Amino acid sequence: MTHDRLLRDRAAVAGLVRRIADAAARLGRPATYMEVCGTHTHAVAAAGLRRMLPDGIRLVSGPGCPVCVTPVGYLDRALALATRPGTVLCTFGDLMRVPSSTVTLEQARAEGRDVRIVYSPRDALAIAQATGQEVVFLAVGFETTTPTIAAALAEAEASGIPNFQILPGSKLVPPALLALVDDPDLEVHGFLLPGHVSVLTGWEAFRFLAEEHDVPGAVVGFAPTDILRGVLELLEQNAGGRCAIVNLYGTVVSPQGNPTAAALVERFFAPADDSWRGFGEIPHSGLALRPEWAHRDASRIPVVLPPPREPAGCRCGEVLRGVIDPPECPLFDASCSPATPVGACMVSSEGTCSAWFRQERWGSA
Amino acid sequence: MCLAIPMRLTERGELEGAVELDGVRRTVSLMLLPDAKVGQHLLIHAGYAIGAVDEAEAEATLALLRELADTMVDP
Amino acid sequence: MTTTSRAPATLLLAHGSGGRLTRELVREAFLPVLGNPFLATLTDAAVLPELPPGRPALTTDAFVVDPAVFPGGDLGYLSVVGTVNDLAMVGARPLWLTWALVLEEGAPGELISTCATGAARAAAESGIAIVAGDTKVVPRGKGDGIYAVTAGLGVVPPGRDVGDHRIVAGDAVLVSGPIGDHGATIMACRHGLGSDDLRSDCAGEAALVEALFASGAEVHSLHDPTRGGVLAVCHETGERCGLRIHLDELAIPVRPQVRAVCDVLGLEVLSLACEGRVVAWVAARDAGRALDAVRGQGDGEGAAVIGRVTERGAGEVGLVLETAAGGRRPLDLMSGSDLPRIC
Repeated sequence: MTHDRLLRDRAAVAGLVRRIADAAARLGRPATYMEVCGTHTHAVAAAGLRRMLPDGIRLVSGPGCPVCVTPVGYLDRALALATRPGTVLCTFGDLMRVPSSTVTLEQARAEGRDVRIVYSPRDALAIAQATGQEVVFLAVGFETTTPTIAAALAEAEASGIPNFQILPGSKLVPPALLALVDDPDLEVHGFLLPGHVSVLTGWEAFRFLAEEHDVPGAVVGFAPTDILRGVLELLEQNAGGRCAIVNLYGTVVSPQGNPTAAALVERFFAPADDSWRGFGEIPHSGLALRPEWAHRDASRIPVVLPPPREPAGCRCGEVLRGVIDPPECPLFDASCSPATPVGACMVSSEGTCSAWFRQERWGSA
Repeated sequence: MCLAIPMRLTERGELEGAVELDGVRRTVSLMLLPDAKVGQHLLIHAGYAIGAVDEAEAEATLALLRELADTMVDP
Repeated sequence: MTTTSRAPATLLLAHGSGGRLTRELVREAFLPVLGNPFLATLTDAAVLPELPPGRPALTTDAFVVDPAVFPGGDLGYLSVVGTVNDLAMVGARPLWLTWALVLEEGAPGELISTCATGAARAAAESGIAIVAGDTKVVPRGKGDGIYAVTAGLGVVPPGRDVGDHRIVAGDAVLVSGPIGDHGATIMACRHGLGSDDLRSDCAGEAALVEALFASGAEVHSLHDPTRGGVLAVCHETGERCGLRIHLDELAIPVRPQVRAVCDVLGLEVLSLACEGRVVAWVAARDAGRALDAVRGQGDGEGAAVIGRVTERGAGEVGLVLETAAGGRRPLDLMSGSDLPRIC
């Protein structure tokens, strides 16, 4: 990205901010828009976008951070697996500092467990091949990441690598959106929809929001200009009394998504009811390994789990549902901060509380 | 939730390819995008190509941004 | 120093036990390249000449970089320039270094020679002498190839006083070149990213710092953005001086290949280590003069003004970023080690 391009983007942002102000004035009432993608949460915070919006136009974060919505029980199970002799736990870096009922993965590694950070499920597969040890990959993520895990499983099968398993933790975004629009406590006038999830699912996966629930949505990318174009679109729909799902990320998003990826996921996984931190059970919102892949399913390994323990006073659940802003949690910026995180929303750099800290904390309380 | 970056496919085999961005190179899997063509810009996530960039759409977006930027230059 | 370093093909524990093999190691791997009258005596301590006038400055550092050899440098070179730069940051002219190694049994001879040669090259470039050294060998599995620990002694000339206590509201913040090259190079090595254009920026900055002083610019404070990057030095400086530092994201020079590594691995470029850069706080009116002086140095071409210092109210944050998008946000230190984001 050249300097000229950055300067032009800054000017484009200014142009969008001006148009947003005009549209907000035409709307004449407050509006709340929700994004449901941790990468959007991070991008908004990194650019300082919230403060650039006119008064009355509010951006909230929903359950878009897969790390943040992973229940404590999943981490507990992962840690229990890590204590088995000869097991190598492989994980994306984001999970390392998430609190469990006992210690974090980072602490477990310091205490001698073999826990390794990988950038790709393929790296975990390579470790299985190189070490011959039992590798368990922590398969957490949304529709963008799940196909990569399915592909790694396919490769393990094709290459005859028996010592590679996953701890399934994949979740699906549309069912969570359904839970959100059904929530009487939540008033949202539009969604900024996840650009990269949409690359895989196709943007038509979100049509139900407009057609069945009267909530408009804009599929957007991750640059500040992309996000602001989405806000403008939602404002103009609200002001004009329209309600539709619009694709503003046509650069990479198509109506139907990636069929190869869908087929691979279908081969290995089936939708299942799943537990989301803050929501409890959401029907058909997770992916379980089909029974024929039991030999790849680390959740079938019997382990002793501690009683699940959520940190006292932590209101991550309400934050994840967009019902409260982070400062309304009593722990925020007190016992819970990026340096000393208590809940998952603060640990992950894409968590709502972490993002809020980064862009809203202008002074000590 | 989904950090993914466009990188250009410079060569490919059956299931893997080499991509680059500003001289930084990586080997990625093409299992999710088997029809990827050398020269295309691919969206790379977690070591896999997950989608391809539609160059016409990319150009249209750039043109839109240029237009928006220009509105701030003229008083 | 045109002779070569010859390290044993197989490093044994005995090479660290102080007997015949230790002497051989020192005489064949280290002295040929590092040799100087002080080191050559091979006695318990170096007795140095009287210090030049001014206040002595002393620093220490440990080096555990992995991989130990990387594009643009090696642990040996890095250990010397890193120590020299610490002295330069307090306005001291670096004079003498100590160099202690902890080697792992079985460490490849080539690794040891590369690091010894690197250290020697850095010493020559920086005009310092390594006057005392030590070598220990730990059993296989108890070390990671090679670690180095240094101490550096220099002298702050009379009349020179740099430090955060001198920073005032209105000061300009400069960086001597593009940021993040070292950190990006290391992360690229670790995560299978290749590049012909990516290399560590590790280099001695003593000459650049002297040029800055010689220019007549009023230099208030200097810091090298190593671990934690520009973010860490600016955050800490803001805390220490009780003022607010504003950084302009668009003004911060970053090479495209470094930005590409950050984009691919999900890293914050402001947190990546630089091992050959200086961040300087200078009086506002001298910003141009300071920039000219730095740009005149070989490794200072990409120098830029990246921010300014303002007053700060009680309890307010000390570091603010004017974002590329045109927004503003407070900057806090990254907690924990660099974790590549994926989702």
